[in-house]
Amino acid sequence: MTPLRTAAALAALAVAGLAGFAVVAWKPEIAPIRRPAAGDFTPDEVRRGATLATLGDCAVCHTAEDGVIYAGGRPLATPFGTLYATNITPDEATGIGRWSKDAFKRAMRDGVARDGSHLYPALPYDHYTHVTDGDLDALYAYLMTRPAVSAKAPENSLIPPLGFRPLLAGWKLLFLETGGIAPDPAQSDAWNRGRYLVEGLGHCGSCHTPRNLAGAEMRSKAFAGGVAEGWNAPPLDGSNAAARGWTADTLYAYLRTGLSPRQGAAAGPMEPVVHGLSTAPEEDVRAIATYIGSVMGLKAPAQPTPVSPPVDRAAEAAREHPNGAALFAGACAGCHGDGAPMVAQGRPPLSHVDAVQADDPRNAVQAILQGLKPSSGGAGPYMPPFRDNLTDAQVAQIAAYVRTRFSEKPAWPKLADAVAEAKREGSPQ
Amino acid sequence: MTMTLTINGAEHRVDAEPDTPLLYVLRDDLGLNGAKYGCGLGQCGACTVHVDGRPVFSCLTPVAAVQGRRVTTVEGLGSPGNLGPLQQAFEQEQAAQCGYCIAGMIMRAQALLDRGGPISDADIRNHMQTNLCRCGTHMRILRAVRRAVDATGARTSSLEAKP
Amino acid sequence: MTRSLDTLSRRSFLSTGLTAGALVVGFSMVPRAFAQLAGGGEGGPGPKVVAPNLPGSLKSAPMLDSWIRIDANGAVTVFTGKVELGQGIKTALIQVAAEELDVPPARVTLVTADTARTPDEGLTAGSHSMQDSGTAILNAAANVRMLLARKAAESWGVAEDAVTTTGDGRLAGPGGRSAPYGEVAAALSLHVEAVPDAPRRDPAQYRTMGRDLPRVDIPAKLAGGAAYIQDMRLPGMLHARVVRGPSVGTRLEPLAIAEVAAMPGVVTVVQDGSFVAIVAEREWTAVKALRRIQTAKAVRSAPPLPNGGVVEALKALPSRDIVIQDGPDTPATPAHTVKARYTRPWLSHGSIGPSCSLALFQDGKLTVWTHSQGTFDVRRVAAQLVGLPEEDVHAIHVEGAGCYGQNGADDVSADAALIARHVPGRPIRLQWMREQEFGWEPLGPGMVTELEASLGPDKRIAAWRHEVWSNPHNNRPVGAGGVLAGGEIPNPFPVPEGKPIPMPEGDGSRNSVPLYDLPNLHVVYHFLKDMPIRVSALRSLGAHLNVFSIESMFDELAKAGGIDPLDLRLAHMVDERGRDVIATVAERFGWRGRPRPDGRRGCGLAFARYKNLGAYCAVAMEVEVERETGRIRVRRAVAAVDCGQAASPDGVRNQVEGGIVQSISWTSREAMSFDAERRTGFDWSAYPILRFKDVPDSVAVHVMDRPGQPFLGTAEAAQGPAAAALANAVADATGVRLRDMPLSPERVRAAVGVI
Ligand code: FES
Ligand code: FES
Repeated sequence: MTPLRTAAALAALAVAGLAGFAVVAWKPEIAPIRRPAAGDFTPDEVRRGATLATLGDCAVCHTAEDGVIYAGGRPLATPFGTLYATNITPDEATGIGRWSKDAFKRAMRDGVARDGSHLYPALPYDHYTHVTDGDLDALYAYLMTRPAVSAKAPENSLIPPLGFRPLLAGWKLLFLETGGIAPDPAQSDAWNRGRYLVEGLGHCGSCHTPRNLAGAEMRSKAFAGGVAEGWNAPPLDGSNAAARGWTADTLYAYLRTGLSPRQGAAAGPMEPVVHGLSTAPEEDVRAIATYIGSVMGLKAPAQPTPVSPPVDRAAEAAREHPNGAALFAGACAGCHGDGAPMVAQGRPPLSHVDAVQADDPRNAVQAILQGLKPSSGGAGPYMPPFRDNLTDAQVAQIAAYVRTRFSEKPAWPKLADAVAEAKREGSPQ
Repeated sequence: MTMTLTINGAEHRVDAEPDTPLLYVLRDDLGLNGAKYGCGLGQCGACTVHVDGRPVFSCLTPVAAVQGRRVTTVEGLGSPGNLGPLQQAFEQEQAAQCGYCIAGMIMRAQALLDRGGPISDADIRNHMQTNLCRCGTHMRILRAVRRAVDATGARTSSLEAKP
Repeated sequence: MTRSLDTLSRRSFLSTGLTAGALVVGFSMVPRAFAQLAGGGEGGPGPKVVAPNLPGSLKSAPMLDSWIRIDANGAVTVFTGKVELGQGIKTALIQVAAEELDVPPARVTLVTADTARTPDEGLTAGSHSMQDSGTAILNAAANVRMLLARKAAESWGVAEDAVTTTGDGRLAGPGGRSAPYGEVAAALSLHVEAVPDAPRRDPAQYRTMGRDLPRVDIPAKLAGGAAYIQDMRLPGMLHARVVRGPSVGTRLEPLAIAEVAAMPGVVTVVQDGSFVAIVAEREWTAVKALRRIQTAKAVRSAPPLPNGGVVEALKALPSRDIVIQDGPDTPATPAHTVKARYTRPWLSHGSIGPSCSLALFQDGKLTVWTHSQGTFDVRRVAAQLVGLPEEDVHAIHVEGAGCYGQNGADDVSADAALIARHVPGRPIRLQWMREQEFGWEPLGPGMVTELEASLGPDKRIAAWRHEVWSNPHNNRPVGAGGVLAGGEIPNPFPVPEGKPIPMPEGDGSRNSVPLYDLPNLHVVYHFLKDMPIRVSALRSLGAHLNVFSIESMFDELAKAGGIDPLDLRLAHMVDERGRDVIATVAERFGWRGRPRPDGRRGCGLAFARYKNLGAYCAVAMEVEVERETGRIRVRRAVAAVDCGQAASPDGVRNQVEGGIVQSISWTSREAMSFDAERRTGFDWSAYPILRFKDVPDSVAVHVMDRPGQPFLGTAEAAQGPAAAALANAVADATGVRLRDMPLSPERVRAAVGVI
C-alpha cells in the first residue's frame, strides 16, 4: 500500500468512521493458540504457500530495509503519519505465532487482527478477501513454518484521531466486498487463473485502479490507472493497449524481467513486483499476462507490432531548452546519450520509455529524483538518484528537454510543481 | 564559458563547458585528486563529493548545476599532513588497501556524521551501501566509520545490529 | 621439469584409471629455481639467474648497490623491482630493510619498479613479493650492515664482533666509540656482490619487523594527495580515449573520424591500422568525442562467443592432458565414493579505477608511466609495438587502483605508448572508460573440475582423483602480441599461444594437488590452449576453483562417512604447520562448540597452502541462509594464516580480510555474462559485486607468530579457502551441496527450497 493511497484512505476514515463505529466496530478476540509445529503441515502445502506468498508480495511490505524476511518494521510514510508493517513470522510474542488459522483468515479477508482490532487497509484485504480457503491454508502453513523472529514493529505514529482503529470499521462497511471469485466458464483456464491471481493475491488494482475520495478502489474504473508511492501506476485497461504494442507475450516478458523494449524498465513500486514474479512459476506469470491482456482488450493470438523507430529531436530540444540540454549532456548522456554504453547494450532509448511518453511527468520526474535500483541487490536496470545533485528547477529543465527531444507529444505543463510534488510524495529519506 | 564555483569554502573561476561533469573540473582544472573516476555512471561512489552538504556523484553533476552552491571534497576535510577527524579514524584503522575508493567512502560517511542524531551499525551499513570497494576493505571501512561515530558520541549500539 | 609436463592423450590417462601405477613425477622433483620464478611463473621467463646460490631476487641482481644506497647524511634508499598494488608492500619492504639495517623505518625511502633505477624482478604477482624482493632486501641489508660493521671495526682497530648497531643508524664499539652510518658508508663501496650468509639480526631483538607500522601510502589516499597514476598531471598534457568495439572481438563501423577530428578541442584522431584514438586538450572533450564515434554499429570480427554454460564451452575445446600426479596406487576397498563436478564462471577483475597510463615521446625516446604489474614487460611491449630499441623506452610504475591480476593495465600502457608515438612532444594521459575495462580486459578464466574420492572403512581417504579443465591463466604480455593494440597496427603481432605454468606454481592446475596425505592420488590438467574468451591471470589463478573443489569434497566425504570435517582434515594433514593453522582456526572459531546446523545456520571450514609452497591459510565461517530469498549472510569469518615471519602483521591481516571479502563476492555473486556477440556485463548493474550490506558481520584474522622464518607469499592465500568455507557452511546449514559458482541467491533459493 502506498503513502498516497494510505493518506486518502485515512482521510476517508474520518468521514466514514463514525457511522461504522456504531455498527460494526467491535470484533471479538480469537483465542490464542500454541504455535503450530512444522509437522502440522505437509511439505507440499508449505511449498505452495511459498509460491503464493511471492505472488502476494508479502515480503515486499513485511521486510525492513536489510531486515529479516517477514519480520516487519518497514515504514510507510504518509502525510498523516507513519505506519509500520508488522512482524508476520510465527514469533509468539511479536509475530503471529499464536494466531490460529481462523484468525489468520479473518485478518486476510476482513482486516481484523487476532485480538479483534481493525487493521489498516495498507494490508490489501480488499483483494486478499478473494483468496480461496485452500490457498489461505497454504499461506498459513508457509508463514507458520518460517523461523520465528522476535521483532516488534515501532508504534504507528498517526495524527489523531486516525490512530483510533475502530474508525476502520466504517471504511470496511462502505467499501469492503468480501467473497470469492467464481470462475468464468466461457474463459480459458489460464484466464481464470490470471483473474484469480490479479484480483486476489496479486492485488494489482491496489495501484492500477483509481481511488475515490475515501481511498477505496473505484470498481467502475478498474485498472484505469492509479498512483503508488508518488509514482503513476499506468492504466492496464483498453486505454493502454495497442498504443504501446502490448501482446500477452510482451507482457509476460516484462513481468518476468522488468524490462521491455517498448516501455523501459520497471521502476518505483513496480520493481519489487517484477522481482517477485521473476521467481514465480512460469504458468502463473503467463496466466497473469493472459488476464491483463484481456483487460487491455488484446486479441489473442496477437503479433507484436514492430517496435517503432526512436524519436530524437535533439536540435529542436536544445533550441527550446538550452539549459536542459547542457544539464542532460553532463548528467544523463553518459547512459542515455548517443554512443553511451547502455545504448550499445541494447537498452531501450528514452523515446521508448513509458514515463517519457506519459501525459503526466510524474514518473519521469520520480525516476530522475529517485533513480532505479534492483531491489534484490543483484543484476538489473539501475539509475542513480539525482535528488541531491540537481535543484528542483534543474530537474524540471532536464524533464522539459527530455520530453521535447524524445517525444512528439505536447510539452508537460507546470513541471516545477510536478517536481515539488514528487519530492513531497515519494522521495524516501 | 567562465563559471564561479565555491569549493571547500573558496571561490574558483573555471573556464569549462557548462555540461562538463564536476569531477573533471575538480580533477583537471583545479588539481584536486580526491574525487576519482570509477564508472562515470553513478554506480560506484568513487567520485563522491558534497553539494550543499549532501553526498552526490560528481561524475554525473554538470558543473553548470553547482554554480552558487557549496561543494566540499575530501580535501576540505583535511590534508595528508593534517588529517581531519574522520580521515584520522581511517588512518587509525588502516582502512585502505589500494585506497582508490576511500576518498569517496570518506565523503559518503561524512554525510552520515553530518546528519546528526543517533547512528547504529546497521545505519552505517545501509548508508555506505552506495559505494563500492573491490579490495574488500569493507570491514575496516565500517570500523573506521564506527570509530568516528563513537568519537562524536552518536552511536546507538555497540554490536553489529542485526534484527 | 619436462617430466611433469608429460603429455598423455586423454584416453590413455583415463584408461589408466585409479589403480594404474605409472609413475609420473610430481612437483617434488622440479628444480628449485623454478619454484622461485618471479610472479608465480606468469609472464616471461623473468630476469636471468646469475648468482644461483643467493636468496630471493639477489639471484639475478647480486650487487648490493642495486638494492641499497646510504647517503652521507645517513638517509637510506632501497630499491625494489616490485610494486605497490594496495597490498602494502612498500611498508613491508621498508620494515624489512629497516630491521636488517637496524635503522628507524622513517630513515628509509623505497623506490619501486622503474626500468632506469631498480632491479628487474619480473612481475609483482603470484604472492611473490616478500619471497623474492623481501628476501633479497633482507639479505642485502644484512650484507650492508655487516660491511658497515666491518668498516667501523677496521677504522677503530677493534674486532668485528665488538661492533654493534644501536637502532638509530649508528654503529657502536668498545669504549663508547660511535659513528653514524652515513659517515662509515661514505668510505665504503656497496658495488659488491652479496654473500649468502651475512649474519642476520636475532628475531628476539627485532625492533621494526613483526610490528604494525602504519602504511606509508595511506595518508595521501585519505586526503586527496597525489597517490595514483590517475592523479598525474604533466605540463602540456593531452587527454586521450581509445576507440574499440564494446567487447573484445568486435569493432565499430563506420567511424566518424573526420567529424570527430573537427570537433573543437580535439587535437587529433590517431589512426594506425585499426587502432584509433582521440586526443583532445580536455578530458571531457575526449569523452564526448568518443561517445560520438561510438554511435557506430558494432560488428563481431572474431568467432562467436560460446553460449551455454562453462562446462559445454570448455569441454568443446581440444585438450592437452597433463598428468600432474599419477599414483602410486595401492589396493583399496572404499566404503563410500563421491563423484562431483565443480565449476566457476568467467570473472572480471573489476578494479574500481579503470586502467590508465601516461606516455611521452620526445627526442626519440619514449617514457611510459604504468600501473601494470610488470613494469619491465611494459617496456618490452612498448618498444616492440612502436619500433624502438628497448633502451630508448623508460617505464615507470605509478600506483593505480587495485588490479588483482592482469586487468587492462598492460593494454592501456601499450595504447598510451602508441598514441604518444604519434603525438610527439606532449604527454598523453589515457584512461579507459568503465565499460571498456569490462569489455576488453582479460577475464579470470571459467573452469571446471571433476573429482572422485573414496573413503575406506577405516574412515581414511582411500583414493582421490582430480581433473581440471582450464584455459591458460598466464597470458601476460611479454611482447606486442599480448596486448590489444599489437593486433590492430598494420603489421599485427600474432597473439602468442597460451602456455601452462608448470607445477609447482601451476596455473589452471594451481593447488590441484591436495597438501593432504592421500593414497592413490591422481591429478590431471586438461589444458585448453584455445581461448574463445580473452582471459589471463586473476588473483590466485586456478587455486580458487581447485581449493574450492578439494575442500568441498573433503566435506562431502566427511558427510558420507559421518566424520567431523575438522577431524577428517587433521587425520590427513601431516605437514605440522598445516595442522597448526587448521587447529588454530578451529580453536579461534570455536569449532568444537559451534552451533549445530538448523536448516539455516551452519558452519564450514577450509584450508590450503597457497601453491603448496606459499602461506598456509585456513578459514572458518558461520553463515545464515535465508531460504526464502536464497541470500547468504556470513555472520562471521575467522582465518588463521602462517606466512613465515610477518614483516607487518596488520598488513597480512588487511590482505587476508580483503581476500576473504573478495572471495565471498566472487563465490556468491559474480559471473560475466555473454551473448554470441559480446560480453553483456559492462557496468556494476550488469556485473554486481558485493556491497556493504552483504559483507560478513565480522572477519577476524589470526597471524601465526613465526619469528625468523622465511617469508611466504600471502596476498592470494585466502581466495580458495574462503570460497570453500562458504560452500561448506551453506551445505552444513541447508543440507544441500552447491557445486557451481556463483552461489547466487537465485541458485541457492532454487536448490534449497523453503523447507
Ligand atoms: S565515478 Fe561517479 S559513481 Fe562511479
Ligand atoms: S581499497 Fe581498493 S577499492 Fe577500496
